[in-house]
Amino acid sequence: MVRSSAGLGVVIGTGYFTRSIWRRYIAEFANTVEAPYQGTSNDPTIWFELTTNNEVILHSTKVEMGQGTHTGLAQIAADELGASMEQMQVKHAESMSGNVDKFATGGSTSIFSLWVPLREIAATMREMIRTEAATLMNTSIDQVSIENGVAKAGSQSMTFGEIASQVENWQEVSTPELKPVDQLKYVGKPIPRIDLKAKVNGEPIFGMDAEMPGMLYGSVLRPPLVDAKLISANTSKAESMPGVVKVVKEEDFIGVVADTFYNAEKAKLTIDAQWETNKDWNIEDVADMIKVGKGDAQTIQKSGSPKGILNDDEGLIRAEYKSPMGAHAQIEPNGAVAFVEEDKATIMMSTQVIELTRKEVAKRIGLSKSDVNVKPTYLGGGFGRRLHTPNAIQAAVMSKAVGKPVKSFLTRKEEFQHDTFRPPTHNVLTAKLNDEGLIEAMEHNISSGDVSYGSPLLPGFVNDFIGSDIGAWRGGMIQYSGIPNYQAISWRVKLPFATSWWRSLGLLANTFAIESFMDELSEKAEKDPIEFRLAQIDNSKAGKRLKAVIEACRDKANWSAGAPEGRALGFACSTDVNVPCAHIAEVSIENNQIKVHKVTCAMDPGMVINPDQVRAQCEGSIIMGMSASLFEEMSLKNNELQPTIYGPYRMAMMRHAPKEIDVVLLENDDKPGGVGEPPLGPIGAAIANAVYRLRGDRIREMPLKLS
Amino acid sequence: MEITFKINGQPQTVDVDGDTPLVWVIRDVLNLKGTKYGCGKAACGACTINIDGNAIRSCSYAAKYANGKDILTIEGLDESHPIKQAWTEHIVPQCGYCQPGFMMATNALLNRTPKPTDTDIDNNIINICRCATYYRMRKAIHRASELTNENA
Repeated sequence: MVRSSAGLGVVIGTGYFTRSIWRRYIAEFANTVEAPYQGTSNDPTIWFELTTNNEVILHSTKVEMGQGTHTGLAQIAADELGASMEQMQVKHAESMSGNVDKFATGGSTSIFSLWVPLREIAATMREMIRTEAATLMNTSIDQVSIENGVAKAGSQSMTFGEIASQVENWQEVSTPELKPVDQLKYVGKPIPRIDLKAKVNGEPIFGMDAEMPGMLYGSVLRPPLVDAKLISANTSKAESMPGVVKVVKEEDFIGVVADTFYNAEKAKLTIDAQWETNKDWNIEDVADMIKVGKGDAQTIQKSGSPKGILNDDEGLIRAEYKSPMGAHAQIEPNGAVAFVEEDKATIMMSTQVIELTRKEVAKRIGLSKSDVNVKPTYLGGGFGRRLHTPNAIQAAVMSKAVGKPVKSFLTRKEEFQHDTFRPPTHNVLTAKLNDEGLIEAMEHNISSGDVSYGSPLLPGFVNDFIGSDIGAWRGGMIQYSGIPNYQAISWRVKLPFATSWWRSLGLLANTFAIESFMDELSEKAEKDPIEFRLAQIDNSKAGKRLKAVIEACRDKANWSAGAPEGRALGFACSTDVNVPCAHIAEVSIENNQIKVHKVTCAMDPGMVINPDQVRAQCEGSIIMGMSASLFEEMSLKNNELQPTIYGPYRMAMMRHAPKEIDVVLLENDDKPGGVGEPPLGPIGAAIANAVYRLRGDRIREMPLKLS
Repeated sequence: MEITFKINGQPQTVDVDGDTPLVWVIRDVLNLKGTKYGCGKAACGACTINIDGNAIRSCSYAAKYANGKDILTIEGLDESHPIKQAWTEHIVPQCGYCQPGFMMATNALLNRTPKPTDTDIDNNIINICRCATYYRMRKAIHRASELTNENA
């Protein structure tokens, strides 16, 4: 018997077929379940610090990487606390003294998973403030009201700062009832980002800006090739280079510690290293591996009996789609400043995984994880690139070797060579239409490199239990629940280099495939692509929300009026973390290049905490997704991952960005959903569908290239 | 070697290996951390500063060439500067890492072209923002131009 971590307590049969069916149910469950928040402390005084200067500091274990989480959390907290927004501050919680999220910041989970817990903790803090205020003002608790950071009782009043300056030990209280949502002042308002001023002024808030007194710099020798082993390394020249303090030789890496980054890097480049590879790897080998039909298959979704209908060629419609490997390419390189002392270690860095970082450093250094203080900084972009942090281990090992703090980070070339890429994909879709021109049966086959498999973020048993890669198939389930017979199948292939979590995971590639195919089917059915979709969504809650989003997007973009002369509109939609989103892209061809002029986006995150930041996530996701769909592509030649620099790794720039992005937000739920990834889903397919409508040219491979 | 220049209006002398990329002198010697390292190959623009009013990618500019020059970094734009005001009004930054480089590139553009067209912006603002804040950035650049010309 196996129990899931979610406490399902289901009994798993031992027979292969039973197991396969259970795994499908689990995958279907995992597709809509909301990942719970997993913090180590609900103690309000650990979460909130009231200063005598009348500030309220929220110590957040969720890190800020641009997604606006700190602002949203501050709004939610301020409302329950009865604080004013002006006095709110957010700092990253340190792992030794603060609350630690045992999972990560990622997966668009921060706001929705903390929506209830944070309000409960903040409401409890408010009651603690009331209790102390009553004592200080010599009155009963029920006489004390709290608003705008001030406790009032009759004619008396005290600010939070005044109360904080007189309280030594906060008295424990029980959690009161939460405020009704319609009485919340800040939730739902476009409050400017709480980190705006620091970011506009270029303040030193990032991991790359972190320093410790007496700090040295470490450069790590990393394999320049895929599947390579270090045979020998002559470091004698490096040891005598200017500024070099020590060359640290470990089983798994060589690090040069010097007085400046420049000197450490220069010395590292003099190391004469010999690498041996097992096999010659090229991008063609990868393409050959990532094919539907190769590797292990698991059905992840099924309704009706699609197999029986799709098993002969009569009337069968089939199409294949591909997407390449993509780099995270976040601008701040990965790095860490580490100081290992006899009985403790301090790590300052950009990380999405505070718990994993401290566990791995502790294990390597020989400390317990409670002796490792991870002090997270602001992240210069995350996008999934900081869900594993071996660089923290390397900095710590070098620090231990020299007895001083060491700062170490990857050069850009190393960032590209050692990225954990968005995996390449191959999708095959088949379907048959009925006499009314609606889909009778449909099947989606997804082949992908690993996302959740092999990730240190998830224990191996989680993947074994689910039996398929929850990251790779994200967005791959068929959302047209009105189709009588459909299924999705996930194929797993292990590549010779790391592929992993990239903002929205499989959503972009899987939506590109499904939504391109939906347009192809609508053409065969001689129906309007949007009406064709609407006709095949059921009236479940999820179905209704999806339909509302599609209609809002259609109406906002004035779909029926069509595009201006020389341009075309293309539609696509997706549902991710229960958040439906639709895009209409207005596209033309200029100088034989696809040009996106305008994107209309409708999304229903359930409830909106900060409409300005939700819009910002839509705008950013649209352009980042467009960048991946039109330009980005990693390759592999003779074991070398290429390119290793921006420019040759083509990305969207100012000149490519649409000049108009029109965002419509719907709120058809009673709680907030995730917004960091869902709006990235539809863009690739929306553009491809527009290009087809413009010139009858169906592009089935990303990045989209004109023939 | 000793290198003397003006940075954010103040004279400054540093003693460093003349081949050190200027970005490390600014960040690690002078402790002005607003200028960012992104790629080290002048490809992303995160390290953009102004030298004698022009946008320069300081990761690929040897410190020795800064001798006698007039350098401006993000710290040299005061908080009421039209570019900082415009960026604030439009709530441009997401992660924020690349923004100083974009703002300094904008400053150099507005020095030469006080009222840039969209095409001027496309051709001159060639940094990379991975959060892809370009949509708001374009609006903020136009707004900064407006504020500059109002103040002029």
